[in-house]
Amino acid sequence: MMASSYSAKDEDGHITVSGPGGGTLRNKKPENTAFKQQRLPAWQPILTAGTVLPAFFIIGLIFIPIGIGLYVTSNNIKEFEIDYTGDDTSSPCYNCAQNFSWNNTKSCTCIIPFQLDQPYESNVFMYYGLSNFYQNHRRYVKSRDDSQLNGNIDSLKKPSKECEPYASVDNKPIAPCGAIANSMFNDTLKLFYNDPNGTSVPILLTSTGIAWWTDKHVKFRNPGGNNANLTAVFQGTVKPVNWHRPVYELDTDPENNGFINEDFIVWMRTAALPTFRKLYRIIQKNNNMAPTLPRGNYTLVVDYNYPVRSFEGRKRMILSTISWMGGKNPFLGIAYITVGSVCFFLGVVLLVIHHKYGNRNNSANISN
Amino acid sequence: MRLALDIITLVCMCEYVCVHVCVCVCTALQNDQSFDFKKEERRVRANDREYNEKFQYASNCIMTSKYNIITFLPVNLFEQFQEVANTYFLFLLILQLIPQISSLSWFTTIVPLALVLSITAVKDATDDYFRHKSDNQVNNRQLQNEKWMNVRVGDIIKLENNQFVAADLLLLSSTEPHGLCYIETAELDGETNMKVRQSVSVTSELGDPNNLASFDGEVVCEPPNNKLDRFSGTLYWREKKYSLTNQNMLLRGCVLRNTEACYGLVIFAGPDTKLMQNSGRTKFKRTSIDRLMNTLVLWIFGFLVCMGMILAVGNAGWEKEVGSLFQSYLAWDTPVNNFLFSAFLSFWSYVIILNTVVPISLYVSVEVIRLGHSYFINWDQQMFCSQCNTAAEARTTTLNEELGQVEYIFSDKTGTLTQNIMTFNKCSINGQSYGAYQYFLINHRSHACMLDFTPFNPLADPDFCFYDDKLLESVKVGDSCTHEFFRLLSLCHTVMSEEKSEGELVYKAQSPDEGALVTAARNFGFVFRSRTPGTITTTEMGRTVTYSLLAILDFNNIRKRMSVIVRNPEGRIRLYCKGADTVLLERLHPCNQEVMSITSDHLNEYATDGLRTLALAYRDLSEDEWEAWSESHRFADKATDCREDRLAAAYEEIEQNMMLLGATAIEDKLQEGVPETIAVLSLANIKIWVLTGDKQETAVNIGYSCKMLTDDMTEVFIISGHTVQSVRQELRRGGGVGKQLHGSPPPPPLPLSNLMDNISGEFALVINGHSLAHALEADMEAEFVSTACACKAVICCRVTPLQKAQVVELIKKHKKAVTLAIGDGANDISMIKSAHIGVGISGQEGIQAVLASDYSFSQFRFLQRLLLVHGRWSYLRMCRFLCYFFYKNFAFTMVHFWFGFFCGFSAQTVYDQYFITLFNIVYTSLPVLAMGIFDQDVPDHRSLEYPKLYEPGQLNLLFNKREFFICIAQGIYTSVVLFFVPYAVLSNATQSNGVPLADYQTFAVTTATALVIVVSVQIVLDTGFWTVFNHVFVWGSLGSYFIIMFALHSQTLFRIFPNQFHFVGSSLLSFLSHMCTSKTNTVIFLSRCHSANTDFVSEGRLGARGGSRRSGYAFAHQEGFGELITSGKNMRLSSLTVIKKKKNFTHTVFLSQNASVTSGSLQEATYRLMT
Repeated sequence: MMASSYSAKDEDGHITVSGPGGGTLRNKKPENTAFKQQRLPAWQPILTAGTVLPAFFIIGLIFIPIGIGLYVTSNNIKEFEIDYTGDDTSSPCYNCAQNFSWNNTKSCTCIIPFQLDQPYESNVFMYYGLSNFYQNHRRYVKSRDDSQLNGNIDSLKKPSKECEPYASVDNKPIAPCGAIANSMFNDTLKLFYNDPNGTSVPILLTSTGIAWWTDKHVKFRNPGGNNANLTAVFQGTVKPVNWHRPVYELDTDPENNGFINEDFIVWMRTAALPTFRKLYRIIQKNNNMAPTLPRGNYTLVVDYNYPVRSFEGRKRMILSTISWMGGKNPFLGIAYITVGSVCFFLGVVLLVIHHKYGNRNNSANISN
Repeated sequence: MRLALDIITLVCMCEYVCVHVCVCVCTALQNDQSFDFKKEERRVRANDREYNEKFQYASNCIMTSKYNIITFLPVNLFEQFQEVANTYFLFLLILQLIPQISSLSWFTTIVPLALVLSITAVKDATDDYFRHKSDNQVNNRQLQNEKWMNVRVGDIIKLENNQFVAADLLLLSSTEPHGLCYIETAELDGETNMKVRQSVSVTSELGDPNNLASFDGEVVCEPPNNKLDRFSGTLYWREKKYSLTNQNMLLRGCVLRNTEACYGLVIFAGPDTKLMQNSGRTKFKRTSIDRLMNTLVLWIFGFLVCMGMILAVGNAGWEKEVGSLFQSYLAWDTPVNNFLFSAFLSFWSYVIILNTVVPISLYVSVEVIRLGHSYFINWDQQMFCSQCNTAAEARTTTLNEELGQVEYIFSDKTGTLTQNIMTFNKCSINGQSYGAYQYFLINHRSHACMLDFTPFNPLADPDFCFYDDKLLESVKVGDSCTHEFFRLLSLCHTVMSEEKSEGELVYKAQSPDEGALVTAARNFGFVFRSRTPGTITTTEMGRTVTYSLLAILDFNNIRKRMSVIVRNPEGRIRLYCKGADTVLLERLHPCNQEVMSITSDHLNEYATDGLRTLALAYRDLSEDEWEAWSESHRFADKATDCREDRLAAAYEEIEQNMMLLGATAIEDKLQEGVPETIAVLSLANIKIWVLTGDKQETAVNIGYSCKMLTDDMTEVFIISGHTVQSVRQELRRGGGVGKQLHGSPPPPPLPLSNLMDNISGEFALVINGHSLAHALEADMEAEFVSTACACKAVICCRVTPLQKAQVVELIKKHKKAVTLAIGDGANDISMIKSAHIGVGISGQEGIQAVLASDYSFSQFRFLQRLLLVHGRWSYLRMCRFLCYFFYKNFAFTMVHFWFGFFCGFSAQTVYDQYFITLFNIVYTSLPVLAMGIFDQDVPDHRSLEYPKLYEPGQLNLLFNKREFFICIAQGIYTSVVLFFVPYAVLSNATQSNGVPLADYQTFAVTTATALVIVVSVQIVLDTGFWTVFNHVFVWGSLGSYFIIMFALHSQTLFRIFPNQFHFVGSSLLSFLSHMCTSKTNTVIFLSRCHSANTDFVSEGRLGARGGSRRSGYAFAHQEGFGELITSGKNMRLSSLTVIKKKKNFTHTVFLSQNASVTSGSLQEATYRLMT
């Protein structure tokens, strides 16, 4: 930014010493344009009591009904949550949690009975929830190779450095690589309805349609196309260390196997917060007459594979119905009601102030 | 061509040596200047290139450009990385390349950095290109058959009339007699008058080119330096020594005038020339906002480090308590083996992601805004002077907002407050006063009653105005006193005349006073036609008369008078004298007593009107008297020692027993609108100090005529003591009286000074140069400042340029206020450079002051528009810009901080990296720029009508540490809302198809969208003036965000770059949450800005002034012209232009309404004013 103050222009005398004798002096009068004279037409909003007060009231009057609507809708949503971590001796999963190690080939099963007090109409969504699990940790989030997951053969054989230290074992590439894939949730949850007459009816859990459409159809693709023989394609790769099965054995359905297995896709969409839930299964409503999940006793059967006790994590199973606004979410309604009320309240306060002191303002007009 | 401060001071000092009485200061300084001269010497042998090449002197090729094509990139980058901010961002960039640290891709920093660097580089490149061009043009100028750049030291070159001098030359000979030549030095020192240079007598005879070719003298002189007014060297030629001075030198940059040709020996060439030596780097001024900004940025860095520490500690704790146990899912990176190391890395990671609290774009945006404001100043038609075809110019583009904070204005008088145009206004002849108007308003002068001289006198100057026909009658009837009066005026002067065609006379006067007097005589029938060294030819009442000029008793400052002795055609010898009344009235013949007392009354009267007065007298000399005196004069003239004193004594001897003719009164016209401007500025609580080299009386009179001083004032303290004690005493007295009225400490800015306005006690201080010298001494300056600042007006007269700068420095030191210096002459440069803001009046005194200034325009009255309109707007805009900018970045960045607590302090960012890259440069930069450039709170005419609106700037109310913390707090609040509302909304939310929304990507997009909307709403609320640009930028930025977001999350882009993410996950829900967050923010803002307040406007009172004051007379003449005339040296000087300083008086009484506006809360007032 430093400039030499000398310039030959000065020496030339181009800086006119004003006065007569300049001869044909160019008229240097600046142009009379609105832009240059700073007279651009402009809208000048002025915040006065007349504009601010109605704004407050309108905001209040709009937000409060919306908030009430949201809150009521949210309250009508039924949600059931059960924690099966098993760190409590009374918990059915206590033994499984105690004895767990990643190397166990034999899975440990625990059975948790529970009761639904209300019938669950329409589709019911089954989630698993994890707590104190840092899927949003920087090193965790980046530990994946999107190119590999998109079916790129080169990346399959040579995973990105981001996957370290889960990129390869004994010089063989891991598929899918990275810490996210490696730590995939692998508990199996099954649900049984205990009929009043004593029989235990398994409930049909749909495992497709639980992932984002774009994830399933765009972002995740098996190498060599979705119809290829997965076993052959994944030849030469090894499964992630913590996995029990290789990626091409995740499901028998070829539309839901390999990288496009929806459980896998769901897991790979990392959560923003350390306490999160992920969609596990959908219980489709199959009968228009009967509720999807009638009131009564149920049994949750868990194949306990996923250890969380080491870092004081917790595992939950959640059943929930859905409305137009999604799942149960009382905060949104409360937030709207709060903001609306605050606006309304402020409007009233300011109106009072305006009435009390506003006259003084008006009388002090500016005289020229 | 801006000269270094000290040089200017020296130049000006020398100019003022003759004027200034305080000799001791000068001598001290002159001793000072001759210090480092003879360290080494330079030897130049004429016509001997071989010899000269041994010394490897610089050639005449100049290079002001900094780069060439190859060096541009490395050198420019090197320069740019010397800026702390750029280096800091480079450092961040390097940090980001370390994978264990980097939480962001390299491009988040490199894109903005590259943008900033390339913008600067382009600007530098363009500048340099023009420098290359001008260098080339100068280097290739033709000099006979040679280019300038091929001139070498030791060459003898020929210059022709009106040519630029190519290098610093020793003048060898010229076509003029006596080896004289005339130069114009406007490019060097800004003075447009011509200067005479003379060659050493031995070389002046070398006229012939052949003789010159064989000239082999050797010059030994000082090494290159930047002292324009000094040169010392010796010429050795034919075994003889001749000493050389500055009088023998032609400096590069001068223009040869009125000289057919001259020859010179090149002493300094190219970069060694004094012109180039003076083109040093300019010291850049910084504004107080700049300094505050730098402090704040440092604080923010501190804050950044603190946040980094907190998060690093958090990281250590987390890794120890959770992370180490979590390792089965997420192993530590290879180099990390314990939680402390991890915390260390995390600290740097957080430094990277939180660095956006101080974005790179801050500095660039500030520069862009200032540039915009500068252009608005350049474009302002209302600061364009059509008479001189000069528009206002912001020469420095970085000071604009400081214009809105000025508290002290230091103004020069002559040429700044006054026009420097003198008009013959009144006269008193033999006890009879002429000149009709006692009081008039400048603007209301009617042409109806103006005298028409043409029928009476064909040679009259049509531009001359006079209103009293009694005087013309008196001339016509042939009153002998009146005739003698005008005869004196037509003879006793040093004016040159030029008669282009018959009757078309042009006078070249050295001082405008003289010009006015000679013109008056011309119109009243005593026309000065021409002069030779020994004669003066006039046309008296149509009859041509030639007087023989016997002697000119020249003017100087001590004598304060000049005389001529002429012999008329009849052979009678008469001495005509004009001079200061105080001096002249003492030297009258006793028989003048009666006339003298009447004239003295008239003089008082004129002085009261603010006119500059001169008394005129004559003395008849007998032939014997003349012979005797002539002898003694010759003797004194020949004397080698104390010639000056002897001459003065000789003059004194003959200027006695004179007969009084009368007195003249000249009006020094104030510039248009000066009193109004001063009134408006002082209503804006700006204190105006006039610093002038003029006499006390002159200065005080101008003070009255421009309404700085009024008769309503309780007291005007005049400090004119010569000793330290007397000055101290006078100051104490002033201070004491002041303190009685407004409390002991000097008044704190607003409340007390307002009080002062309302009570009747107003004071003014007049201090002269030598008292000022004492007052500026270390032990007294505090006292001086406190007294001076308690006064409403301060006038310093008889000050040297150096003292002007000292006064400015004093206020800067003691008051921490923003100062502005305004002036037009070379003697103002020191104060222009030392004040925070220097304004140059591009008037008649050359361009020196303009070149040194930060802003320039041609009329003093434009100052009110510059300050009250442009300055105020600039300040307002800059403050609003900064507030918003800090707010925006804290809102943007602090979200990462909160997220840190939920992601294991792992430095995971909330937003995706494209968003981080683009946020500051695309999504939010333009709306705030538009606000920073176009915003207006009140229209321009309102801020001129209500000068009180200027006060927030002076008090620094709109952006200070407190405002900064409010912005920061608001930003942090917004970031809390931005993080925790989505957190609470999304953590358990699912889409209507059951898929949970709490995934990282949804969260990132939701927060980012909410952020963009919230900051846009904020700028919408902050913008008070919605031009089309604001609309385009605000809506365009918002639109671009959505377009870019959808594009980046599109499937196409994903398919090409599968490693980057992808989703278009903005569901209804996330938008609902946006609305929620933005509205929360809105509520706070609205409640903030809706605070009720009142403002008063009180009617002012009518103020008028009458009353009396004894005026003095000031006569601006340069010594030595009389000698030049009589020696005949300058007789070929046909178009001598002499524009010199004038000291003048005008007293015009203005009746103007004195409205004072007080407003309780100015912010509120502005809103109300618009309604």
